[in-house]
Amino acid sequence: MSRPEDTLAADVHYDDVEARKYTTSSRIQNIQASMTRRALELLDLKGPSLILDVGCGSGLSGEILSSLDAEEGGPHTWIGMDVSPSMLDIALQRDVEGDLMLADIGQGVPFRAGAFDAAISISAIQWLCSAETSDTSPAGRLTRFFNGLYASLKRGGRAVCQFYPKNDQQRHMITQAAVKAGFGAGLLEDDPGTKNVKLYLVLTVGGGSIENNGGDITGVVEGMEDVDVLDARKQLKSNNTTVKKGSKAWIIKKKEQMERKGKVVKSTSKFTGRKRRIAF
Amino acid sequence: MKILSINFLSCAIKACKSSSDSFPLHAKDAELVQDEIELNPDMIINVLPRLDWAALRTTSSELGFPQLPEQPPTPFELKADETLLKDLHHLLLETQISEGKLVCGNCGHEYAIKEGIANFLLPSHLV
Ligand SMILES: C[S@@+](CC[C@H](N)C(=O)[O-])C[C@H]1O[C@@H](n2cnc3c(N)ncnc32)[C@H](O)[C@@H]1O
Repeated sequence: MSRPEDTLAADVHYDDVEARKYTTSSRIQNIQASMTRRALELLDLKGPSLILDVGCGSGLSGEILSSLDAEEGGPHTWIGMDVSPSMLDIALQRDVEGDLMLADIGQGVPFRAGAFDAAISISAIQWLCSAETSDTSPAGRLTRFFNGLYASLKRGGRAVCQFYPKNDQQRHMITQAAVKAGFGAGLLEDDPGTKNVKLYLVLTVGGGSIENNGGDITGVVEGMEDVDVLDARKQLKSNNTTVKKGSKAWIIKKKEQMERKGKVVKSTSKFTGRKRRIAF
Repeated sequence: MKILSINFLSCAIKACKSSSDSFPLHAKDAELVQDEIELNPDMIINVLPRLDWAALRTTSSELGFPQLPEQPPTPFELKADETLLKDLHHLLLETQISEGKLVCGNCGHEYAIKEGIANFLLPSHLV
């Protein structure tokens, strides 16, 4: 099947005809609804929240957020961004509850810091990889998007992006851009190896200390099958310049290693690694 | 655009990121519509600490609403005060600008609002 992402800009592909066809297809409605429910499961929200829907389109994903009952932690309030006027027009006609804006996520996410409890994006962010024009590159668009998304989420917040990468290279490019923006990231694959495979990028915004599992992705997707945890910390290691043995940085690193093994270590203080005077 | 969203939106232009004048965006030539939306107290109590109260006061007076108190209620006060909850719900979620503009106080850029949808697309040299 050919991918419109490879040849057209999103707002050109999703014109009035395509937007209507997309939204009225019961097959698509069902798939988008089930992926949105899966994303909500991964967000694990405790109560009615303010959610950003990235590439909200005609509201198929958003209306799941508004229709969630109290027992399921809802209903949520959402703000949707989309670049296609035709998709947004259909959202208006369908009278969705979310607030809508016409915006290109490749230009950034124009909200003040810490605005949202969470974000979802269903079948949209692979579009960031297309659109090679003279003044924008996929890499630049991905960076602006993930940096903006990171800033707009509250500490401890999460984002789940279901997307359709064209190939492994694109999958890598997208996830690395998220990690570089500061997110803890994990990839979850449902029905791997089938033609119905669905890929979810689960992103967390650290809530302070990285050891504190609250903001740690490894806790989020723990025990789930087919999860690939991308750890920014591993990456940092290879980028790090070597640390001098005995230095404060070296001691802290050792302590972290011990802690990871479950050992009890002294907490780090301003005295850590200082030369101590001989006591008489 | 709902008033809730306006309390979180800032100017999208790169050069405005560091300016405190780029938030809140100022409503201009605004036509308002009111929708009826079910009250969701937990949601409002949840976002209350994240609201920029001073900005909300600015927006609400720009739109001709009665002056909000100088200080925001605490979540505890809000929980206990049904009238206040309803008023806030009405302002934040049921009221929206259907036509008009949002204007940046720093660069003067105008974001048009049509049929309730604000247009945040930027010409590429401003990104
Ligand atoms: C397959 S639709 C999904 C819509 C909705 N999330 C759903 O589940 O039905 C993909 C959407 O992403 C939007 N999109 C693509 N590139 C975008 C961009 N750069 N900025 C904002 N939206 C974009 C498209 O306009 C389209 O509405």
